[in-house]
Amino acid sequence: MEEALEVHRLHFAFTVTFHYIFPQLTMGLALLLVYLKTKALRTGDEHYNRAARFWARIFGINFALGVVTGIPMEFQFGTNWAEFSKAAGGVIGQTLAMEGIFSFFLESSFLGLFLFGEKKLGRIGHWWAAFLVFLGSWLSGYLIVATDAWMQHPTGYSIGPHGEIALSSFWGLVLNRWALWQYAHNMLGAVQTGCFVMAAVGAFYLLTKRDEAYGRTFVKAGVIVGLIAACLQLFPTGDMQGKQIAQNQPPTLAAMEGLFETQEGAPVAILGQPDVQKRRLDNPFEVPKALSFLTYRQWTAEVKGLDSFPQELWPDRITLLYYSYHVMVGLGTIFIAVMAAAAFLLWRGKLYESRWMLWVLMLCVPLPYIANTAGWMTAELGRQPWLIYGLMRTAHGVSPRVGAGNAWFTLIGFMGMYAVLSILFLFLVWREIEIGPEPRSRREEEGVPVLAD
Amino acid sequence: METIWFCIVALMIALYVLLDGFDLGAGAIHLLVAKTDEERRQVLASIGPVWDGNEVWLLAAGGTLYFAFPALYASGFSGFYLPLMIVLWLLILRGTSIEFRNHIKSAVWDPLWDFIFCGSSLLVAVFYGAALGNVVRGVPLDASGYFFEPLWTNFRLGEETGILDWYTILVGLLALAALVMHGGLWVQMKTSGPVSERAARVAGRIWWAVVALTLLVTAVTFKVQPQVEENFTTWPWGMVFPLLAVAGAAGVKFELAKEDQRKAFLASCAYLAGMLTSVVFSLYPMVLPARNPVYSMTVTSAKAGVYGLKVGLVWWAIGMLLAAGYFTFVYRSFAGKVVVDRDSHEY
Repeated sequence: MEEALEVHRLHFAFTVTFHYIFPQLTMGLALLLVYLKTKALRTGDEHYNRAARFWARIFGINFALGVVTGIPMEFQFGTNWAEFSKAAGGVIGQTLAMEGIFSFFLESSFLGLFLFGEKKLGRIGHWWAAFLVFLGSWLSGYLIVATDAWMQHPTGYSIGPHGEIALSSFWGLVLNRWALWQYAHNMLGAVQTGCFVMAAVGAFYLLTKRDEAYGRTFVKAGVIVGLIAACLQLFPTGDMQGKQIAQNQPPTLAAMEGLFETQEGAPVAILGQPDVQKRRLDNPFEVPKALSFLTYRQWTAEVKGLDSFPQELWPDRITLLYYSYHVMVGLGTIFIAVMAAAAFLLWRGKLYESRWMLWVLMLCVPLPYIANTAGWMTAELGRQPWLIYGLMRTAHGVSPRVGAGNAWFTLIGFMGMYAVLSILFLFLVWREIEIGPEPRSRREEEGVPVLAD
Repeated sequence: METIWFCIVALMIALYVLLDGFDLGAGAIHLLVAKTDEERRQVLASIGPVWDGNEVWLLAAGGTLYFAFPALYASGFSGFYLPLMIVLWLLILRGTSIEFRNHIKSAVWDPLWDFIFCGSSLLVAVFYGAALGNVVRGVPLDASGYFFEPLWTNFRLGEETGILDWYTILVGLLALAALVMHGGLWVQMKTSGPVSERAARVAGRIWWAVVALTLLVTAVTFKVQPQVEENFTTWPWGMVFPLLAVAGAAGVKFELAKEDQRKAFLASCAYLAGMLTSVVFSLYPMVLPARNPVYSMTVTSAKAGVYGLKVGLVWWAIGMLLAAGYFTFVYRSFAGKVVVDRDSHEY
């Protein structure tokens, strides 16, 4: 069963990581689409409607992939994690079913109208369609985060006589404090992905001197919204998440920071490689006393290191957890710097001519995806060795009858399938960017070559 | 309380089959009824704006099943591991083919996606039928409440059953025939010209297969699953469900002859609803029958906590009212026949 457990974990990790490439962009873009549609409505300028239509096409491709890769996620709770589902389905099934009933119905109904019904709906009706797609996708995000938050920090439940976990307070589950901060932090991450992608496409148009009016709109929207999101990502949401972990998952905090020994005035390690066997950080590059201050707002406060906890409570992938966390924080800091520099140039009126800044914006595009993934890895690896923190160990949650052979079979199948999807995705999105936001018929009139459609 | 949720889950699954059923059926006959690119775009346009909304019912039904009957979700999904994963792959391929086909026009691009769309729709229909067949036949549950079925063993109804045996394959074929009919009736209603005519012809012809397979499967089922006879004897009013199916099937033939496209489709809905409710009725109170009846899972043994089920009833009702609102709005906005001209870039 040892091997099977590893494969089941890898199975979920692989499919969810691939899946989340798409929702992080659609949730971020949904907000930016509402912004573009609002601009169009208020200025009456068709430019913003065309810009919105362009992004709606990219949104559509991402949404389709988000749907088809999302269905396996819900299934896997039952197929690969049967013991977990049996024990906790009565609780987390609530939020998952609500996601289907409240957000997917809303989202899928109005996305169809948003993509195909602009003429039928009229200007105001189409704004509402965009808004309801945004509402649906953000609601969906909340219900998923609430599900994860319950696994991180279970609330609103009671344990029955046979060890089954039953819901005892609906609002306790839905308004879990952990969920609120995690949601805010997560959505800001998604908004940054949307902003960096929008700014990068804008920068690409400006650098290649085509569709420059759109390029300016995209860069401006991406940079302004992106700067706000990047700052809020660090404070207060990131800070609060850190405090919640310090309070509720102290071994996780120690592992994330690579803090092996309990100490007063604990430092923050910026760089360094954890050596779990020797229980120390090699080549540390540290800011003294910073961890104590960040966690407890006191320079000399005691922070518990891994040595304060029995080894069976340690997360089982300390090194990977340490690196995920450091990659996330490092990239988050870079995002603030990049967006602040770009916003400064925008304010001075120099951004659109500043080629080096546009180059930076364009090349940054993969980074928010990496940061979001690293953030989720921090959350999920940090939760180990628990599946439901303090209630159920990961090893006790797998399907007892699904062996490693069958799990490998489907994991390999998913890998093959997703490799094909990745190629298609990149190709189709690239093609939309290449075609650009100008209506196609006009391009043809002007003699601009377009790919046959 | 658990019986209410049993009915709700059954209702949601039935709605899923009615809705996604027509777009699966449309996919299964895609290559048969549409020959040129324009015709194929007509078929795709007839389901384009609604197919993913239909598929959401699968998620909603799955989620509802998950929280109302967690033990069933755990046992059933892990036991049907392989066929479920294969269905997921097919749904991924199918969704991708619908969404991506029209992004590029090329002699190698769209025919490939048309073929994938048709093939995956067809196989999903067969697998759904086989899954239903497995539930009716019973699975090798033991005292632990778990089971695992390989895809096939010896194709017999013994102790070591596989997903596919002669009975479940038969049900799979019935499902395919029924969804081809359902999809054909949808396509003839939503399109015009040769596509609509061909779809009506396909539906009319497959009708004979549907009737023949329905009779055969029903007869065999009484032998395979003794609970069926017991339930219909205990509660004779349950006969309304099979009667609905019979009326639906008769209605399809009748309305097709009268060329009333809308009513023919609705009759097919009635047939499918009648068939599914008959199955659900005849299994109650079992939710997952075991080969050895001692271990069968029932509504009581699989249900979640009472508080959760009560709260669920509140938000479920609110959510469904809202969803009914959006669905009416969307179907109204896309009502009528689809029009595909050469220049429209979506579908």
